[in-house]
This record gives sequence, C-alpha cells and structure tokens, in this order.
Amino acid sequence: MERHQLVIIGGGSAGIAAALGAYENGLTDILVIERESEYGGILQQCIHNGFGLHTFNEELSGPAYAEKYYALIKDNECIRFLYDAAVIRIEDKVMTVSSPEGMRKVEAQAIIVSTGCRERPAGAIGLKGNRCEGVYTAGTAQKYLNKEGFLVGKKVFILGSGDIGLIMARRMTLEGAQVIGVAELQPYSNGLARNIKQCLEDFDIPLYLSHTVESVHGNARLEYITLIEVDKNLKKIPGSERRIDCDCLLLSVGLIPENTLIEDLGVKLDKRTRGAIVDDRYMSSIEGIFACGNALHVHDLVDYVSQEGKKAGKAAADYVLGVEPEGEKITNYVSNGVSYMVPQSFHKGKDLEFMFRVSKVFGESFIHVYGKGLDKKIKKLGIVPSEMQKVLLKKEDLDSLEGELHWEVVE
Amino acid sequence: MNLICISCPRGCHLEVNKVGSEVVVKGNSCPRGEIYARNELLDPKRTLTTTVAIESSSCRRLPVISSVPLPKGKVMDACRALKDVRVKAPVHLGDVIVKGVLGLDVDIVASKSIEK
Ligand SMILES: Cc1cc2nc3c(=O)[nH]c(=O)nc-3n(C[C@H](O)[C@H](O)[C@H](O)COP(=O)(O)OP(=O)(O)OC[C@H]3O[C@@H](n4cnc5c(N)ncnc54)[C@H](O)[C@@H]3O)c2cc1C
Ligand code: SF4
Repeated sequence: MERHQLVIIGGGSAGIAAALGAYENGLTDILVIERESEYGGILQQCIHNGFGLHTFNEELSGPAYAEKYYALIKDNECIRFLYDAAVIRIEDKVMTVSSPEGMRKVEAQAIIVSTGCRERPAGAIGLKGNRCEGVYTAGTAQKYLNKEGFLVGKKVFILGSGDIGLIMARRMTLEGAQVIGVAELQPYSNGLARNIKQCLEDFDIPLYLSHTVESVHGNARLEYITLIEVDKNLKKIPGSERRIDCDCLLLSVGLIPENTLIEDLGVKLDKRTRGAIVDDRYMSSIEGIFACGNALHVHDLVDYVSQEGKKAGKAAADYVLGVEPEGEKITNYVSNGVSYMVPQSFHKGKDLEFMFRVSKVFGESFIHVYGKGLDKKIKKLGIVPSEMQKVLLKKEDLDSLEGELHWEVVE
Repeated sequence: MNLICISCPRGCHLEVNKVGSEVVVKGNSCPRGEIYARNELLDPKRTLTTTVAIESSSCRRLPVISSVPLPKGKVMDACRALKDVRVKAPVHLGDVIVKGVLGLDVDIVASKSIEK
C-alpha cells in the first residue's frame, strides 16, 4: 500500500497552508489529495478583491491569493498534490481514494482534514412551492458565472444576507442582471458591513431586514416569489405577504462544514460549529486526525484560514515526529452570548489564540474569561455574529489557571 | 457624515466632518480609513473585478481586476467595455489585458495565471 507521513484532504487555502506548516516543521513526505483539477478551493470562484490584506499586505482576488500562497510550496519536493482525486472513506489511517486511474488505498501516519464547507440547500430552509427551475445556492451561481461565464438569471432576488449573496448581488448587476432585493430573516445583516455598502448600497439594491421568502411560484421556470415580514420572534406576520416577480432566487442562507468523512470514522463533532471538536493542536477526538479551515468552523477571512492551516500542519508534524504536548489540559465552556469556541480544549504552557462567534448583536461590551486562577475582561466596541472574534491569552495569564475556562459576553 | 470604510474586511465605522476646507475623520483603525473617507467625499472610487473570455485553455474565463480603483460612476461602463475581450492562454498574474480602459489611466490586469 502507498504510505506517507502526512496526507492532507483538500487543497484549498487551509490545505495549502497546512502543507507549508508541516514541511517547515520537519516533514518530508506530504501528500495533498484534491478533488478538483487545481488547488485553491473556493478561492478560485471568488474573483472579487478583498483577500490577503493581512498576509500579503495587498488586496488580492481569490485566485491571486491562492496563487501567491501556493508559490510558497510550488517547487517543494516534499509536498506532492494529487488532483482529480477524492477521498471517499477513512478507516483508521487508511484512505480510499477515487481517481481517474481507479480506486486505491493510501495510508498515512497523520491526516489533516481541510475539506471546506458546503452551502445550506433549499431543502434545509423549508421553502414552499413548486420545484421550478431558477432556484440556486449563491455559491453555485457564483461558480457558473465566474468559471463558465453563465448568468443564471436576469431578474434576481436573494434570500439571506451572507457575504456570498451580497457579492453575487453586485456581480450579477455588473453582468447586466436586475437584482430586485435581498431579504434577511434576522433584524441585522449577516454579511460584512463593507459588503452591504459596496455590493448593495452602491447599486441601490434594497435590503429587507426581518423578511423571508414564504414560497416560490412558477411552472417550469420561477415566475415570482412571495416575500413575508417576520416579527421579533422570527414568526411570520400574516397579511404582510408581497409578490415579487423574478426569474431567479439565490439562497445565501449559511454554510456547513463538510465532515461526512470523519463523522463516519467516529470523530466527535461540535453541535454548534458542526466541525470536529479539537484541542489547541487542532487534533480531533481521534489521535492523529486533525482538522482546519472551513471544515473545522466557517471563517470569514482567508488570512485566518491560512494561519489556522499552518498551525495544524505544524501540530501534525509534531505528532508524526513524536513531540508530545506538555502543559495541563484545560476544557473551554461557553455561555451567555458566546456561541462556540475553537479550540474546545487546550494545553497550557504557551500563548494561545481562541476563535469564536457571539449569538447576537452586542454594543459596547466585555468578553469575560474566567476560571480558577484567572479572571479577565476584554473590552469590545461592538460585536456581531457575522464577524469571527479572536482573543489571545498569554502563557502568563494561563499559568495559574486550573481545571476549566469559561467564556461569556457581559454587556 | 457616517461612512463605513470598505478598504478592508474590518469595516470600521467612520465619522467624517468638514471643518472649513479640511476633512476630519474619526473611527478609523488605520491610515487607509482616512484616505478612503477623503476620497469618498470628494471622488468616490471602486475596484472592478470581473472575467473575460479565454481561448486555447481548459478554462473558459480569466478573472481580471482594475490596476487601481476607477471613478465609481465608470465601473459599469468599464465592465461593459470588457464584454467582447478575448485572450489566449498562457496568461500570467498581473499581465495587462486592456490598457487604459475607457481612456482612463486604469489598466485591466489578469488576477490569475492560466498556463493552458
Ligand atoms: C463566497 C465567499 C466569499 C469570501 N470572501 C472573502 C473575502 O472577501 N475575503 C476573505 O479574506 N475571505 C473570504 N472568504 C473566506 C475564505 O476565503 C474561505 O473561508 C477560505 O478560502 C476557505 O478555505 P478552505 O481551505 O477551508 O476551504 P475550501 O476552499 O472550500 O477548500 C476545500 C477543498 O477541499 C476539497 N475537497 C473537499 N472534500 C474532498 C474530498 N473528499 N477529497 C478530496 N478533496 C476534497 C475541495 O475540492 C476544495 O478544494 C469567502 C468565502 C466564500 C465562500
Ligand atoms: S480604517 Fe483601516 S482597519 Fe478600518 S476598515 Fe478601513 S482599512 Fe480596515
């Protein structure tokens, strides 16, 4: 059987960075298995600018960011990419790989899962009405337009104010489509403020907060949708229905980490992130299986994905080379407004970075971090669920901590 | 006037005031915010990203980007002007695809390399 020190599943930004991290920390035999025929993952269809301001100090398009990052490992003999190949099963550390040459088995001492995420489909949000043509997830429409040059509709309505939907509102407008509006169930937008400004306001596209699409109508092709308002408790308000004519509805209603492979393997998943439960090494509940990037938790910024990938790569290298973590293991607990924490547990003895999201919009407030031997408040000017938060705790802060660490938001 | 800085994903909320002939900016976390606010008041600009057709390649579209931001009002026109542009592989990141689009001092450049 083919054997490697490390196999990385998925060659998106997380996978590329993981390969670099593993190489820089001593591994010499790294295989990246990628389903598509090129590296970069989702970045290849994100042709807008806004990537890499932190990593490269310039604002790049998605493909350009991927290319610049890939250049760091391009001629590296220790890292090999296998394209057009999908891992379809993992048993212990043996992967079944389907490729144009047929099925094969590959074994690794450690595996990093960087398989990205998928979009929530129409079925997941209970849209009523006929199954007519013209309803797409925003990412699918983006792929058609940016990779094939095919515009999926001329008169477009968008459900969900996630960034992909906002970016597509601008993109389709530029290509000559009429974007009638964007509806968001919550009373606040789920996309970045800059995207509301430059993708909607710049083109006078209305954003309907506290609204959703009740049903879709049409025979073969979508003809109109029914828009409805919701109250504070997100309950539909009868009588507020409104007909909107359109030939296309884009759904931008959330992303879900892609984890079927490791779920089947028995890796424990976090109910909130829907990714693996990991420690500070990004190691899952199964020894030697690591996760990073959107497969671990959905990120807004590629720079953070790259940083996380690199750290996972380093940790996998340490694991293969027999370097054990030293400090005491502590578990994170979240409550009162903090909806999740990555990593879910950690080893003391070094500076550590924690990433999390909050469950609602907070004005000026504090992130309260406490446990036996530690009590810290970190001031924030305003926090929204759509922006991932990052907190750094110093080794000295953590030294005196015992047992467990709690996180909450205090207004 | 309140603005949201679009220069990076952080999206700082800016407070912009004209004091005499001077523009005073508050709320920015870095100097780019001040530049953005000043431009937004006097001459708003936007970067254009789109694709053009590519031939002799396994890909159909080449992603492109404006070398510098364009006047906001010209973005749609510039995009339209690229409709019939066709290029041939190989193309490299940063190659100029259209020089001086719409007669402006702005080039349209490849934002990806496509070898074949
Ligand atoms: C529409 C959109 C817009 C964004 N805009 C910005 C922005 O403006 N600025 C910014 O900084 N960030 C942005 N981001 C965020 C950031 O770019 C992404 O979160 C990041 O690129 C994700 O990287 P990843 O490697 O985790 O996942 P992906 O890029 O999804 O990579 C996963 C890879 O794994 C492969 N794969 C999956 N399963 C298998 C398998 N079984 N076998 C083999 N291969 C497999 C896939 O083919 C894919 O290539 C955006 C994200 C999206 C979706
Ligand atoms: S002011 Fe600086 S940090 Fe804030 S959004 Fe603008 S560029 Fe980003």
